Amino acid sequence: MELNKQTIEQLHKQLIEKKIKPSDILDSVYKRVESVDSKVKAYLMLTKDLAYDMAKKAGDRIMKNDNVTDLTGIPIGIKDNMCLEGFNTTCASKMLEGYKPPYTATALKNLIEAGAIFTGKLNMDEYAFGSSTENSAYQTTCNPWDLSRVPGGSSGGSAAAVAADMCVAALGSDTGGSIKQPAGLCNVTGLRPTYGRVSRYGLIAFGSSLDQIGPMTKTVKDNAILLKYLAGIDKKDSTSAPIDVPDYDSNLRKDIKGMVIGLPKEYMIDGMDKQVKAKIMEAVKLLEANGATIQEISLPYTDYALDVYYVVAPAEASSNLARFDGVQYGLRDTSADNLIDMYKKSRRAGFGKETKRRIMLGTYVLSSGYYDAYYKKAQKVRTLIKNDFDKAFEKVDVILTPTSPTTAFKIGEKAADPLTMYLSDIFTIAPNMAGLPGISVPAGFDAAGLPIGMQVLAAPFAEQKIYDLTNFYQTKTDWHEKRANL
Amino acid sequence: MNAADKYETVIGLEVHVELNTKTKIFCGCKNEFGAEPNTYICPNCLGLPGSLPVFNEGVLYRAVKAGLALGCTIADKSKFDRKNYYYPDLPKAYQISQYDMPIAVNGALEIVKKDGTRKKIGITRLHMEEDAGKLLHLTKSGQIGDAEESLVDYNRGGVPLIEIVSEPEMKTPEEAYLYLTSIKSILEYIDVSDCNMEEGSLRCDANVSVMEKGAKQFGTKVEIKNMNSFKNVQKAIEYEVERQIKAVEEKEAIIQETRLWNPEKNRTFAMRSKEGSNDYRYFPEPDIPPIVISEEYRQKIKKEIPELPMQKTERFVKEYAIPEYDAGVLTADQATAAYFEKTAKMSGEPKLASNWIMGDLLARMNAAGLQKISEVKILPEDLAKMIGLIKNATISGKIAKTVFEEMFNTGDAPDKIVKEKGLVQITDTGAIESAVDTVIAANSKVVEEIKGGKAAGLGFLVGQVMKQTGGKANPQMVNELLRKKIG
Repeated sequence: MELNKQTIEQLHKQLIEKKIKPSDILDSVYKRVESVDSKVKAYLMLTKDLAYDMAKKAGDRIMKNDNVTDLTGIPIGIKDNMCLEGFNTTCASKMLEGYKPPYTATALKNLIEAGAIFTGKLNMDEYAFGSSTENSAYQTTCNPWDLSRVPGGSSGGSAAAVAADMCVAALGSDTGGSIKQPAGLCNVTGLRPTYGRVSRYGLIAFGSSLDQIGPMTKTVKDNAILLKYLAGIDKKDSTSAPIDVPDYDSNLRKDIKGMVIGLPKEYMIDGMDKQVKAKIMEAVKLLEANGATIQEISLPYTDYALDVYYVVAPAEASSNLARFDGVQYGLRDTSADNLIDMYKKSRRAGFGKETKRRIMLGTYVLSSGYYDAYYKKAQKVRTLIKNDFDKAFEKVDVILTPTSPTTAFKIGEKAADPLTMYLSDIFTIAPNMAGLPGISVPAGFDAAGLPIGMQVLAAPFAEQKIYDLTNFYQTKTDWHEKRANL
Repeated sequence: MNAADKYETVIGLEVHVELNTKTKIFCGCKNEFGAEPNTYICPNCLGLPGSLPVFNEGVLYRAVKAGLALGCTIADKSKFDRKNYYYPDLPKAYQISQYDMPIAVNGALEIVKKDGTRKKIGITRLHMEEDAGKLLHLTKSGQIGDAEESLVDYNRGGVPLIEIVSEPEMKTPEEAYLYLTSIKSILEYIDVSDCNMEEGSLRCDANVSVMEKGAKQFGTKVEIKNMNSFKNVQKAIEYEVERQIKAVEEKEAIIQETRLWNPEKNRTFAMRSKEGSNDYRYFPEPDIPPIVISEEYRQKIKKEIPELPMQKTERFVKEYAIPEYDAGVLTADQATAAYFEKTAKMSGEPKLASNWIMGDLLARMNAAGLQKISEVKILPEDLAKMIGLIKNATISGKIAKTVFEEMFNTGDAPDKIVKEKGLVQITDTGAIESAVDTVIAANSKVVEEIKGGKAAGLGFLVGQVMKQTGGKANPQMVNELLRKKIG
């Protein structure tokens, strides 16, 4: 099998046995990019010189057997909202075209230390606003399983790149479902960690109380390996948790006997694709047959999650994006003849439609006279949503749901209707509001051959339970091994 | 009745104080004044995309200390909020500040007015926030609008501030001045800021309104900014009160606005109308977890607060029997207070020590342009010695002035100066007697007049003897001898 198609686990074994070199994997990855990315359009930029330089360093480490980790020599793609010193970091926005940050995000630093290789910057919805990657100012990424369909979003570039073997793994970021939803639509394994598990330092902020960087991989095992290096407390992020990082991959359980899986009745909504539901129930049966206990649970505040999210996240975003004003960096309209005019013209030219929509929404809900009715109330309901989950996790180990109500939709299908678009994150948003970790793993295909994702959630910092269950599931199924024909 | 007497003035002050931490409030950059522009900067204080604030504990320590020293209640739980507005000196387009859960509330401080009366001024709240950068407009006309270019220096961006908001309880410009100098004095005592108004480490905005005496509703309030010295605060408020009373008298409406003090022209100018007041869209800062203050922490800091100016004043009055006004001047800063105490104790003459420091020393410092008593060459033990020399009649009060001047210039000990310059007072009766005899012989006319009852001549003769002895004769002995000899 070509190297680019293999897992971190498989490649690591060959690397330390010195059967292959990091540059061999990189050759294979870039060859693949060359042949298919003109169709998929996942990469915004390749960092070839940097990558080969990193590959050489990784190769030296392996030759000298000096500080070799699971990730040494492994090519990883990065969503374009994580700062990498000296390299374009655009958030897929015209506003940040050509912007090169003078520092590197902690998550990326952790990977550099582990000896990983960065293949390039991956496409996304502008500032991570979206569920289809259509909101990128530069290009629309296509779903490798059907190029006329979206890969999901906002980490659509990352999901598509992993699905099309244009990297061995990728980093995404998730605010309302931006890792899990595209992972589900592209047949990839994507985990959104507990809020505070991975440092946000250097991740260009969208919703500061929700954002998390997470791994997008070909298997659960790879995911566990990658998270182990990403996670941990960071002095530069005061919201990162002072909780030890378990050795997720070595700790993986061999069975799931006695695990209690909760099925929330509120998630069986109208408008859910029957085939999606059928595949999820199939997975539930398989898990039950292997010793797990299934329990129906109730999360009564689920209905409010979407509304609450679209108050809190845009509010934070409107403030976070205010810094893009044309003063210090980024796009500046030089035709303006006074300060206010410069702000207006620069922001009008630099931001896309959905970005403007969210900024307006967020500005509105924070405005004097509306703050109590919207933002403050939303925060209260957010607490109630969290309480729902806390109660549920007193009884169950994990909660299982579909990742999205439908499979991948057509490019352009929902672009004109933001409300329908927002609904595609309905299952991922509630747990995110509660800060919970959650994964999406491949759970089969619909009749049209489009992937279906299964979401598994756990209590805060119980990523291990998620990995235990879904890794076991992957030992019993081969959905995750399926590849699109490109 | 004078027009001004019909009105009552209401003044509230907002004081911003830069804290003297080593580093900025949310990053590790140096907190220092006067560096080359944009040298103390990093992704955090530049607000670059992806950067995150990390709260400097030293700021909390100082804010709590200031809150306690100003008699405030310290919050059990506090948090930061974002204050959103656009300006080029604010790189994130929001200032991290505190909105509805400030670190300290409900304090008060007492001022002592010149006539000795005391007044308590309430402090509404004290909160922590970050400072903004500094703008420099390259303009020939002095108008921002004409600037070809505007430059930003972000060194000050992220410098820690506390904002202290008073109750609108000051009635005169003098009270405002005293409130401000008291704040400065207290904050210097607890060593949280150098409170230098000229360098901008203490800044003050005043809210001023006037109303007819006895009115229940305050007049329209005007905010005054850009007062860069304590005296200017008083002058600006004086001007503003006059302006407002005149406007009311002439039935002109007072506009709610911000006015800038112009120290060259000695008046305020309208800057911007505040009618459509800014909507800062405050909301809790999600990047910084809430702050929880334990009783233990409060107590620990409380113990570290030294004797404060007002307590010291009271103690000085009691312990050293000096007037309250003098004690107030001596305790305005800690170093002067310590200087006085040392001099008083070592000389055993607190009243004399106070007189010398309040009079000669402060006047001499002023003349020499010295700001701090630590810059003075005279050591308190030497000043005490000098007082001792006067007391034991080694030198006269008059000679002491000469000795003092020499001490001030050289820092030498008084006994050394007295010895080297031969300034020891002549107390040898024989030596004085011969001088007296000479003077009597040379001024027979005056002597006759004295004998005839014109006592004023005696002073003249004393002066002549002193002249003869180079000022060194003990004046009391000269006096006695003259009286005896003239009879």
